[in-house]
Amino acid sequence: MGLSLFTPLSWNDAGFILTGIWNTVIISLVAILVGTLLGLIVGFIRSASNQLVNALLGSILDVLRSVPLIIQLILFSTYVGAIGHPLPPFAAGSIILSLYAMAFMSEVFRGGFNSVPPSMPLAARALGMNAWQTIIYIRLPIGLRTVFPSWLGVALSVIKDSALVSVIGYMELLRTSEQLISRTQQPLEILIGVGIFYFLISYPLSLYGKHIERKMAL
Amino acid sequence: MDYEFHWSIVWRHMPEMLQGAFVTLHVSVLSMLIGILIATPLAIAKLNHNKFFSPIATVWVEIARNTPGLFQIYMAYFGLGALGIHLSPYVAVLCALAFVNTGYLTETFRGGFQSIPKTQYSAAKSLGMSRFQSYRHIILPQMFRRIYHPMTNQFIWAILMSSLGILVGMNELSGETQRLQSLSFRTLEFFIVAAVMYFIITKLVLLSTALIARKLFKGEI
Repeated sequence: MGLSLFTPLSWNDAGFILTGIWNTVIISLVAILVGTLLGLIVGFIRSASNQLVNALLGSILDVLRSVPLIIQLILFSTYVGAIGHPLPPFAAGSIILSLYAMAFMSEVFRGGFNSVPPSMPLAARALGMNAWQTIIYIRLPIGLRTVFPSWLGVALSVIKDSALVSVIGYMELLRTSEQLISRTQQPLEILIGVGIFYFLISYPLSLYGKHIERKMAL
Repeated sequence: MDYEFHWSIVWRHMPEMLQGAFVTLHVSVLSMLIGILIATPLAIAKLNHNKFFSPIATVWVEIARNTPGLFQIYMAYFGLGALGIHLSPYVAVLCALAFVNTGYLTETFRGGFQSIPKTQYSAAKSLGMSRFQSYRHIILPQMFRRIYHPMTNQFIWAILMSSLGILVGMNELSGETQRLQSLSFRTLEFFIVAAVMYFIITKLVLLSTALIARKLFKGEI
């Protein structure tokens, strides 16, 4: 009997795969949440401020969008290591993924805020609302309603891009599957399983986005 | 900060970095061309509800749009390898990129075709043009003008996605950077230069596509 180096996939691996799934879900949620909050703030600032501030913020966001995510992740995790404060992969990954989400979401929200007719906040002020009330009751609800499908699109791409955090050592779904592949040598079965998982998350959400878009168009 | 930057080693390896940047551009352009070639008939099939090709187009589009790019590259490199189809890293990344581009472009083209008024088709027909002629001379030129901007975005996106070649050992900009930094351990320096190069590449591409658009459409965009 020859020595077997590779052991096939078994039910014992379920826990390992579930950890990967959980890690993918959690880092995506963190990045979408933080990215949305920061994106709201930056988007609002960009829609409300003068050209100079706008150009400055815009160029920073432009860098975040024009440099591949994988390079940003490697750079950031090496940088924090080099200055003597290494971060665990989850922290470094969430920070970069959140900033990446912020860069795209701020643009979406900015478009939404700009779509609010200027007469509306003015009318609210005339009714005696203060600046905060105008933001909370007028600008936010009216501005955000139209951009929901675009926001959902960015959120979906963040879920998919979370796979890249594996390069700095975060054990998300794709990296767990990679390790299973190197042990079992069954790449096709495992990869198809991983693909189905991403598809099952992403497809219903994208259908929902399309549905909302169609409803709003009417 | 205790870290000392040593830039000279990066300058010494600049020719290799530039070579990598060239491969990045090369693979992205090729993947776009393949994408356009396959997406055009797929979009037409989808609009005409072709019994055979329309379902293929739908499945293609949904898989391309709803799975991560990294998964697609792994599929092309490791997945096809399991079936006995061993692709080189370059070809694997090219296949994955072309697959995704086709998926997104099919939807873009479909939207473009739908934005052309039905009267244009009838007018072409009444002038005695065949189906092929009306697409070639009337529909496609108008369509490409309308979807030029989304296509540029797709191109930029393909350039950025090609950086995933680093994970299958391809020799494009990221992969080359990875190889060079592993020889010298000057990780920060090499990747900072790579980031700057990606930024410059995307800006140059945007600039040149804008210039091409001006030439092609003569200000009608």
